[in-house]
Amino acid sequence: MYIIIGGGGDVGYYLTRNLLHQGHEVLLLEKGQERYQSLSDELGQSVLKGDACEARTMEEAGAQRADVVIAVTGEDEDNLVICQMAKKRFNVARTIARLNNPKHEALFQKLGIDVTVSPTKAILSLIESELPGPHFVQLMILQKAGLEILEMSIPPLSPVAGKQLSQINLPRRCNLVLIIRDKEPIFPTADAVLQANDDIYALVTREAEEELRDIFGTA
Amino acid sequence: MKVVILGCGRVGATLATQLDRAGHSVSVIDSRSDAFQRLDPKFRGDKIVGSGAQEDVLRRAGIETADAFAAVTNGDNRNILASQIAKEIFHVKKVVCRIYDPLRQRTFGELGLEAICPTTIVADMLFDSLNGIR
Repeated sequence: MYIIIGGGGDVGYYLTRNLLHQGHEVLLLEKGQERYQSLSDELGQSVLKGDACEARTMEEAGAQRADVVIAVTGEDEDNLVICQMAKKRFNVARTIARLNNPKHEALFQKLGIDVTVSPTKAILSLIESELPGPHFVQLMILQKAGLEILEMSIPPLSPVAGKQLSQINLPRRCNLVLIIRDKEPIFPTADAVLQANDDIYALVTREAEEELRDIFGTA
Repeated sequence: MKVVILGCGRVGATLATQLDRAGHSVSVIDSRSDAFQRLDPKFRGDKIVGSGAQEDVLRRAGIETADAFAAVTNGDNRNILASQIAKEIFHVKKVVCRIYDPLRQRTFGELGLEAICPTTIVADMLFDSLNGIR
């Protein structure tokens, strides 16, 4: 695959290295002279100096034949413009944008950006899931499938505490994938019994999240 | 009519002052409070400090009830992002923005954004003024 990456910060750098390692053809665009220099010392021909927001740079980069354009600068406005230009001017099939402000997620999706990745949100969720006490955390969103991976602890007064899984009426489009009890993983079977303070990992559609929270008493 | 203007530079301040004088209700947003010094001392509109690419700042400026929105910060991409928020999230009827880069202006024009490119306008005017000289 030919992949163009806009923005040579830490994310852009590691992403380029990983994708090159996987055997892809990658071109990283960085506009700052100093940063470009140090990147090209290491990555050589895989870096091009230029602003990925500029159509001329993208033309030089061969955006017409790119399979994917990934925008990972520190500015949402730049990431949006890189992806929209790639789609509209160069007919790039797949665009992926890093979101610094999680609130921009809905807008980016509306404007046709194929995938958005929000590090801010991911970091918040991960830290939250590490805090002691009852919690309900969205670990990951699988955008294309419309699914979420959730982690929740079962509150002491939860209606499902002490119940067998087969007795619990889960939402239709929901799967419990893992139970962690005292640091031990338990792979759920129909006869597994849930206990208070278990950590549950579930795969669920966005629509069914509310229902799941009601059933588990984590609302 | 109610107008929200993003960016209180020379263009933003002049536009805000003109619209205010014409009897419209105007809110101006800028990330720096000293930018508002460019406004006419008699300016009666609202001045909001904040980054206009954020929904809550736009809301504070009254975008939910605005009839028009103009994005005239110095950053093309900021204007593009803010205008699309105004259009897609707040459904403002009239949205117009400034884009310096002619190629970007054309692309986003094709995507349905009303964008004015001062670069081509001024270059054309200068060309016309100079071209007649022998």
